[in-house]
Amino acid sequence: MEDTYTVLQVIARSWGAMFMLLVFLGVILFTLRPGSRKVHRDTANIPFRYDDRPMSDDDAPAQSRQFKEARQ
Amino acid sequence: MLDYVKLLILGLVAVCAAIAANYARDVAYLVHALLIMGAAAITFVVVLRRTGEAKLPAPANEYMDGPVKAAAIATAFWGVVGFLAGVYIAFQLAFPVLNFDWAQGYLNFGRLRPLHTSAVIFAFGGNALLAASFYIVQRTSAARLWGGNLAWFVFWGYQLFIAMAATGYLLGSTQGQEYAEPEWLTDLWLTIVWVAFLLLYVGTLLKRKEPHIYVANWFLLSFIVTVAMLHVVNNLQIPVSLFGSASVTVMSGVQNAMTQWWYGHNAVGFFLTAGFLGMMYYFIPKQAERPVYSYKLSIIHFWALIFLYIWAGPHHLHYTALPDWASTLGMVFSIVLWMPSWGGMINGLMTLSGAWDKLRTDPVLRMMVTSVAFYGMSTFEGPMMSIRAVNSLSHYTDWTIGHVHSGALGWNGMITFGMLYYLFPKLWGRASLYSVRAVSWHYWLATIGIVLYAASMWVTGIMEGLMWREVDAQGFLVNSFADTVAAKFPMYVVRGLGGVMFLGGALIMCWNLWMTVTKGAVRKDAPIAAPAE
Repeated sequence: MEDTYTVLQVIARSWGAMFMLLVFLGVILFTLRPGSRKVHRDTANIPFRYDDRPMSDDDAPAQSRQFKEARQ
Repeated sequence: MLDYVKLLILGLVAVCAAIAANYARDVAYLVHALLIMGAAAITFVVVLRRTGEAKLPAPANEYMDGPVKAAAIATAFWGVVGFLAGVYIAFQLAFPVLNFDWAQGYLNFGRLRPLHTSAVIFAFGGNALLAASFYIVQRTSAARLWGGNLAWFVFWGYQLFIAMAATGYLLGSTQGQEYAEPEWLTDLWLTIVWVAFLLLYVGTLLKRKEPHIYVANWFLLSFIVTVAMLHVVNNLQIPVSLFGSASVTVMSGVQNAMTQWWYGHNAVGFFLTAGFLGMMYYFIPKQAERPVYSYKLSIIHFWALIFLYIWAGPHHLHYTALPDWASTLGMVFSIVLWMPSWGGMINGLMTLSGAWDKLRTDPVLRMMVTSVAFYGMSTFEGPMMSIRAVNSLSHYTDWTIGHVHSGALGWNGMITFGMLYYLFPKLWGRASLYSVRAVSWHYWLATIGIVLYAASMWVTGIMEGLMWREVDAQGFLVNSFADTVAAKFPMYVVRGLGGVMFLGGALIMCWNLWMTVTKGAVRKDAPIAAPAE
């Protein structure tokens, strides 16, 4: 039986490092996935909505799209 | 009913703190116990006065801006205090006579230095982050802050932490770990406040009305979560006595050093970088009135920072008992960090594409853009200094101090000033700032001040490093340590003057913000007087 330090560092430098790398690459690939552009454009405009008061239940969800998009 | 429970707890805390003050083994602990007693007593009276009154439901159609205002005011206040302390200790280094004999043990450099660093990082920066978090999470979630008065608890609790930390430093209560100086009692209190902060933030995100979580919130949430983890692990201490402030660290030797710089570097990475990037990703688009240049890049920026920063700490421990592989790992990750940092900088700067003309007319935006430029410069300098060969010259010299200040004054300071200039008219319903010219004055004073600071520290740091390693033909060291100290005097004076300019700019800002609130024209569409629906 190896000591705890050796066991942990062997796991960390092989499977652990590989796991971190794959998750990182996965996140980046997911960000660049086709079709994300529309979502991202909408999300990027969040700061330009609801500046003065929260969304109330009267605001239909669709209403938020009427706000002037900042670009153009 | 809840009020009675609160009164009971507050009364117990006050009495226990009074007892603890009676048994206190050192002055710092005595002062801390009295501070806690006072805070509990004041809160007791506040709660008592409200007990039995009908509770008005929280207006769900309004944002909770009270704590944002309080944190914004506290940011300006602690900023001036911290800059003043910095200017004073800068002149103490240039003119040691300023370490007055009558104030030895309280106001000498060794006591004031942690007061300065904590005042600017945790008091000025921390309150700026509280204001930014409270403000941004509401606006980008389209929801009011969760948890009723929890935000007030976080705000006042954090101020109590600052008061305890500051008094502790002056009275010599320290665990001797850089940026983690406060002793166990203060650490425990901060932990409680921080958990409340996390709950508040996550609670608000959970009740958001926007389907997506805007990227600024990712940065701010990662700052809150990571700081909680860093703070708890690096402050694993066993108190010597329940009634004294001294404690013994659980880890020792090189493990303690490694944990300390894992903490220390991530305090920079997550407190001063991730948190302030949250500010950048909200306030620059708002001030420029354009969405962020590339939302995809901002996501990649976020994840790359998260995955890389946490490994960079060992570069603080080159040529120490730390194994070489560990400090090499820290160095490599620091260099890899170049890429996301510059990606983020480009993203911030390019947000202005098509609106560069605003820089000519809007000094607030100029301030924000300059801050992003300083972010880029210090995240270039930092990785370079983490390379072992460069570090052998730069470490223990004033170059490090210059690097820290180009980041802290340039990046953190300027983005915070920009935020305050944005927030004050907005929160107090004013049409505009009282004086745009005064903002320009602040901008130039601060910028020239930083340049003087950084340039003098480069010169003195490299000179010092070269003097320390200079050997003659026989291999003997040429200079004594005192020689380097004497040679640094002119640069120390220049650095102090740079600090005076930066402080002067901050005072102009305070005056301008004060006049904006008291004399500024009221915004026509200000929502503050909106009737409850």
